[in-house]
Amino acid sequence: MENRPLEYDYTVAKMFMLTTIVLGIVGMTIGVFIAFELAFPGLNTILGSGLAEYTNFSRLRPLHTDSVAFGFTVSGIFATWFYVGQRVLKVSMAESKFLMFVGKLQFWLYVIGVAAAVVTLFMGYTTSKEYAEFEWPIDIAIVIVWVLWGVSIFGLIGIRREKSLYISIWYYIATFLGVAMLYLFNNMEVPTMLATSPAGETNIGDWLHSISMYAGTNDALVQWWYGHNAVAFVFTVPIVAMIYYFLPKESGQAIYSYKLSLLSFWGLMFVYLWAGGHHLLFSTVPDWMQTMGSVFSVVLILPSWGSAINMLLTMKGEWQQVAASPLIKFMILASTFYMFSTLEGPIQAIKSVNAIAHFTDWIVGHVHDGTLGWVGFMIIAALYHMAPRVFKRELYSKSLMAAQFWIQTLGIVLYFTSMWIAGITQGMMWRAHDEFGNLAYSFIDTVDVLHPYYALRGTGGLLYLVGFFMFAYNIYKTMTAGRRVEESELQNASPMGA
Amino acid sequence: MFHWLEKHPFFFAVGVFVVIAFAGLIEIVPNFAQASRPVIGTTPYSTLEIAGRQAYIKNSCNACHSQLIRPFKSETDRYGHYSLSGEYAYDRPFLWGSKRTGPDLHRVGNYRTTEWHENHMKDPQAIVPTSIMPGYPWMFTTNADIDTAYAEQLTAAQFFGVPYNKPVPMKDGSTTVVKLGNSIAEAHAMALEEAKAVVANMKDQDVKDAVARGEIPEIVALIAYLNRLK
Repeated sequence: MENRPLEYDYTVAKMFMLTTIVLGIVGMTIGVFIAFELAFPGLNTILGSGLAEYTNFSRLRPLHTDSVAFGFTVSGIFATWFYVGQRVLKVSMAESKFLMFVGKLQFWLYVIGVAAAVVTLFMGYTTSKEYAEFEWPIDIAIVIVWVLWGVSIFGLIGIRREKSLYISIWYYIATFLGVAMLYLFNNMEVPTMLATSPAGETNIGDWLHSISMYAGTNDALVQWWYGHNAVAFVFTVPIVAMIYYFLPKESGQAIYSYKLSLLSFWGLMFVYLWAGGHHLLFSTVPDWMQTMGSVFSVVLILPSWGSAINMLLTMKGEWQQVAASPLIKFMILASTFYMFSTLEGPIQAIKSVNAIAHFTDWIVGHVHDGTLGWVGFMIIAALYHMAPRVFKRELYSKSLMAAQFWIQTLGIVLYFTSMWIAGITQGMMWRAHDEFGNLAYSFIDTVDVLHPYYALRGTGGLLYLVGFFMFAYNIYKTMTAGRRVEESELQNASPMGA
Repeated sequence: MFHWLEKHPFFFAVGVFVVIAFAGLIEIVPNFAQASRPVIGTTPYSTLEIAGRQAYIKNSCNACHSQLIRPFKSETDRYGHYSLSGEYAYDRPFLWGSKRTGPDLHRVGNYRTTEWHENHMKDPQAIVPTSIMPGYPWMFTTNADIDTAYAEQLTAAQFFGVPYNKPVPMKDGSTTVVKLGNSIAEAHAMALEEAKAVVANMKDQDVKDAVARGEIPEIVALIAYLNRLK
């Protein structure tokens, strides 16, 4: 036993790999559809006016955001955890029947939760809070899934052989704690069926309905403390966990600097939470809080760039790998997009810039260069790296992967450039006055001018989606038709077929 | 210290939690006591208005329309007086939105009429030819959920002390009382009275007939809510 390598058990990782891909397709397809709805409003009634309630932009928008955030991304986080966790802690899931059971239970509850979320959102059950739209029973299901994941994390840590926790584990722990805190506080709500009328009637109205514990400005404050940091702890922290594992592993390079990773981790943890206020600049929350949000957003460049630079310097002396391997390309472009969007965000958080940028498509563009470029690419790269090790087969096609990379990169570039132009154009037109001091444009003027950019954005999104289908196909063929490989071929660079 | 923490997961997790919870404590807790006082002239929502607000949320109107006028000349010129914190005191949830694909609605009741909304919600392009807003024709045939609206009012009154059936101060020095029904039946009757006042200014015969029969289509509730945004 002592001299044999550990046999890791990837059962649960495989299950979550499947939902990563399926929910990615669902969420991105809806995204592309609603993007084109803004360019061509006739699409709102594509299935006829009878079903227009379920195909119009406003009903579908939360479905898009939630299925890419809580479907694609969270599945990706779980999939990589059930892969990375075992390997860096040097312990197999197969060693604990309990943890295996908890992992599977987590998966099935997650699937049930996703199904319930999709159905209720289609029906129009929403709390209206962005990325926290689910009504209270689904919130409870999510909390249970999350607690089960916590049991997995700390359970596996509890039986680990490697005593020192690797950097990725720090980030997974932070993801678990951060999301738990944020989700609980932001989703505090009272089901309205708990009320009793003066006449003594109970259980009045729809049992799914609830109202927020907080009102008005307080509600906004908690929501954006959550909303911004959901970005932190779903779109940043766990993705950093992934790149800290997968880039060194795939490239065979050691992390450039331990000290830089320390600084970035603790810096990110402390600074990120303050920055939520930048969503509320010039609103009715107290001024000092807006200023704090603004200032800390700029400070946030430091820990963000710390991680990204650490990743880029990890490739020091080995840059030929970026040219040679599309898998490394995905990760290097991911960390480049991470740098890009963590510079763009602070710029938008400066008060005078925010006065123009807020409420415009520039914000939408910013979110997407982070999620498509950084989150999407990193999860895609992680799954590509995992596939040969999990299925013991060679990746089906390197050239397909390379083609996917360029198509998706082009898609992202079209997306964010069109949204920059759209956002700044709209922001400037809203505030323009003529020589008599009257508003120069009516609102509809600022909508009309966006048409070409909306069409371009939809095209960019479509390219990204096409690339995602290529990814799904490549993984499917790897599972079913890839050449079988030996453990010895799986040291660093992933084996790829032509 | 960091090397030690990395070998002691429990203390590591506690450390991370303290560091991430710190900002929330400083930012959120002190503000809670004061921000939710209503400004004078802000009244709790009536049953019909709440039903309209629920229809607004059900269709995610907030995905494209903000309800937050920022203190800039270009915004006050376009939308009216900038928003005040206390105006949102009875908003659960808040509906500020984060994207203006369409215009702000915080004071839409000041410059749009019942009839305008009726035509616009049915077919936006009939009013604004190049609008990219979808129509909401099903709101004319689906009935508003008055039961749930009533339950929401009761919850607001019982759990959060929202002053229904109590005098609230108005800008002219007088007071107003927003009544809350004693029973589901009474809440329905009150909502119907309000609905009748709204449909008096509407053209759609089916909607008028429905209200005459004692039903309340969603569009009537929605317009009651939009008219109140001032």
